[in-house]
Order: sequence, then C-alpha cells, then structure tokens
Amino acid sequence: MADFPENLKYTTEHEWLEESTPAVIGVTDVAAEALGDVVYLELPDVGATVEAGAVVGEIESTKSVSELYTPVSGTITEVNSEAVDNPEIVNQDPYGKGWLFKVEVTGAGELLTAAQYAAHTGS
Amino acid sequence: MTDKTTPLHLEHVGLGASMTPFGGWLMPLRYTSDLAEHRAVREAAGLFDLSHMGNIKVTGPGAAAFLDHALVGYISKVREMGARYSMICAEDGSVLDDLIVYRLAAEEYSVIANAANAELVLGKLQERTAGFDVVLKDVQAGHALIAVQGPRAAEIMRATTGLVEDAEISGGTAFADLKYYACLRMRFEGEPVLVGRTGYTGEDGFEIWVPAEQAVALWRALLAAGAPLGLVPAGLSARDSLRLEAGMPLYGHELDTTTTPFEAGMGRVVRLDKVSDDGTPLPFVGRDALAARKTSPPARVLVGLRGEGRRPARADYEVVRRGTGTEPGTVVGRVTSGAPSPTLGYPIAMAYVTPEVSAEGSELAVDVRGRAEPFVVVPMPFYRRPQN
Repeated sequence: MADFPENLKYTTEHEWLEESTPAVIGVTDVAAEALGDVVYLELPDVGATVEAGAVVGEIESTKSVSELYTPVSGTITEVNSEAVDNPEIVNQDPYGKGWLFKVEVTGAGELLTAAQYAAHTGS
Repeated sequence: MTDKTTPLHLEHVGLGASMTPFGGWLMPLRYTSDLAEHRAVREAAGLFDLSHMGNIKVTGPGAAAFLDHALVGYISKVREMGARYSMICAEDGSVLDDLIVYRLAAEEYSVIANAANAELVLGKLQERTAGFDVVLKDVQAGHALIAVQGPRAAEIMRATTGLVEDAEISGGTAFADLKYYACLRMRFEGEPVLVGRTGYTGEDGFEIWVPAEQAVALWRALLAAGAPLGLVPAGLSARDSLRLEAGMPLYGHELDTTTTPFEAGMGRVVRLDKVSDDGTPLPFVGRDALAARKTSPPARVLVGLRGEGRRPARADYEVVRRGTGTEPGTVVGRVTSGAPSPTLGYPIAMAYVTPEVSAEGSELAVDVRGRAEPFVVVPMPFYRRPQN
C-alpha cells in the first residue's frame, strides 16, 4: 500500500522533499517498489551546485538502473553515506533512514502535495 | 497482441506479484523482493511457475531418429525417463533455441522450448519431419509447469499432501532414487504428473508437469508443505539472477541466431560423433557448418566477468580494455547478461569478447554509462552449490 506523508512535497519523478533547511530529498515508496531491491547508489558530490530537474545521480536495483533528479536548485550539503553503504534501507525506509541528499535551496521546480502525488500515481 | 496467462495467473495476482510480459506471456516478475526470493532458493527453496515454456510431444517409431536429425544432441542415446540439455540449430549452425528433451518411452519424447521460441521450434521441427515416421503435438496448453528449486526441494516434495508415488506408472524409479536430469511419473490427487529432477537455478530441484485443471491445487499444496521449510514463490527476476550465478545461458542473451554452440562454450552439446545404424556419420541439421566451426578459431568467446567495483554491468554494455582512469579503452566485446550477484556480493556478468582477452585473469573493464568499471575474467559458474 502506497504511503505518502502529508508533511512532504513530491515530484512526478517519484522523489520526495522535506522543506527544511537544508531540504532533504529521497525517493518515494512507489519508486522503491518499482525499482525492486536497490543495490547501488550514486549520489552527487557534497558542495556541488545543482539545477532543479537535473540528473544528479543514479539508483541501481537488481534489475534496472534509474536516474536520480534533484527537485530543487542549490548546493549539496550532505549525502546519506549510510544509504550508499547499505542501499537496502532505501527499500526498507524510503522516507526515513533511506533519505538520499540534502540541498541548501536557492530555487524549486514544480512540487506536488501528497494528494496531488497520490493522484499522479493513481494510488 | 495480448499476453497469455498461465493456469496459475490468479494465484500470482492473489500473492501480490508484480506481473511482466515475457515471451508472449504475462508472468510474475517478483512477489516481494528479488533478493529475498533469490536467497530463499539458495538457502531453502523457491516455487516457480514455468507454464510459459513450450512443450512439444514427439511420438512414433521414428521419434529417436528424428530428434537425432533435427537437434544437435545424441537424443537416441537418452535412456527412457532420462533428460538431456540440447539445442536446435539452423543449417548454418546458429542456435534457434536451447531445449530440454525428456525421453518418456522408447518412442515418446517431450521437447521443452523457451516460451518466445516455442512456435518457431514447433515449425522448424515440423519442417524436419520429412521421411520420419513421427507425430508432433503441441501439448503446452493443457499443462502447467511448476518448479521447486533449492536445497530443501526434495524434502518439500515428500511433504506435499496428495503427491504420491505409484510404482505402476513411475517408469521404474522411486522418488528417493531420482537422479539429476532424470524423470518419473507420480500421482497428484490421483492424476499422473511428470516430475523431472531438472532446473535452471544451480540448485537441486524438481520441475513438475501437471494437467492445467490441477495446477492451482498442486501449487497450493507445494506452498503449504514448503512454507514451514522456507519455501517462497519466486519470480522471473530471481530466476534470472540465479541462472546467471550458475553460469547458465539465456536464449536472447548468450544464445541467438548469430551464435553457434561453440562460441557460447556449449560445444559439448553438439554430437558430431552421431552415427547411423550402418556406422556412417549421421547427417543432422547444421552438421556441416558446426563441424567446420569446431575446428576454426572463433571470432569471440563467452566469458564470465567479475566486477572489482560495485557498479554492475548490464546486457549490451561494451567490454573495453582498461584505459587511464575511468576513460573507457578500445572495445573488445559486449555484455550479454549482468547483475549484482546476491549470493556473492559483487557484480557478475557474461560477455562475448575477442579471444585474445578471454583468458582467466584478463583485466578488462565495462563501459557503464560512460565510465570504465574494472572487471576481470573468471571461470564459470560463478556459483556452485555446496555438495553434501
């Protein structure tokens, strides 16, 4: 059963964003489910400047590889090294321990509310 | 075209499987987690629906001679209730499909083909029947094929309610004595089922042909008996990573119509030593091309690759020489299958490479989306089950 916490924003690329300072970004359980077991994560470099909508890394599962987008522009302040070492936490806890990277935000792309994202995924 | 569904389709849906189109069929990709299903097969057992596989019955006084002619293997030498891995090749020696052939009686065989090739194989076999006293029949539709694979498979089979031995129909073997690549008939709820000790996972296991009407009951009985022993239903995703670890080729990846069995490292299935009753070499389809290929150096060979980093190689990625840093060097081959190995914990792949870089220990790289990742040539299989 899909689960979209109300306090988060979402993108059509199945990422979630917590509007804190810095913002925290991860993938939704819809993405985690569709990917299958995540086995490898390539995350952006800390200090890198990124543009909303740009590819900043990749998520590889047993069966496929997907690009990782950033929903906001800004500077990468931190990446989740625990998720890099243990990618399965992305499947186990996508909204918690499985967060991926943090951004000091300078601008945002189009973000969806939980209800809008649920409508988008048809859940 | 709408994908066909197997007699177990509603079971998969009920178990919450993600379904995927495969070879014209809608099949379970995974039920819960690829990794969990893969590990269950290595550590306990997995239950697979393989009802999409083609099943062609070959009967008649000419059945053995016909299959010697139509396939590359020495099928007339397979004993009754034995099974053999074989291939059907074109005149030019290229592989049309890889097959399992069961000999059910002196004049009766079952040829099991890959789902995507089933129609083609039936057509090719039909073309090759000229001059042979043989009848072909597609019997796939009336059956389901269920596999139980893993170290606890035999225990699960014995614990399954309704699945019993019957010496009158077994074909001469007791279940306890069933050898690898042999089969016997048992009864499930009174109806005969064919049980082969065969598989595609690198583990011990069984494949059971059951009449379609009883497929659901057998699936449920196996699950009920096996669940307490660690059996889980397993999808195509786990099946693919299991066969890759076991170094088994998959048609469309390691084998296709541009490949002969020799390049694929499967030359042993080509029996150029087949002879007619009068002792002369038996002409079979593809023989001349394959005899020539056997003695000529191949342009490329299939190798196993072990990743030294963490990024897996995938099918169709280029194999390159190691350059400087992460810059891919000259192309020397192409990956046919690749995945992170759940059992071994590092990326594994199969690839066709030019012979000069194919030696064990050869240090190569794979161009993983623009970046050269180091891989080294290793012997296959990558994984071999512990022998007791």
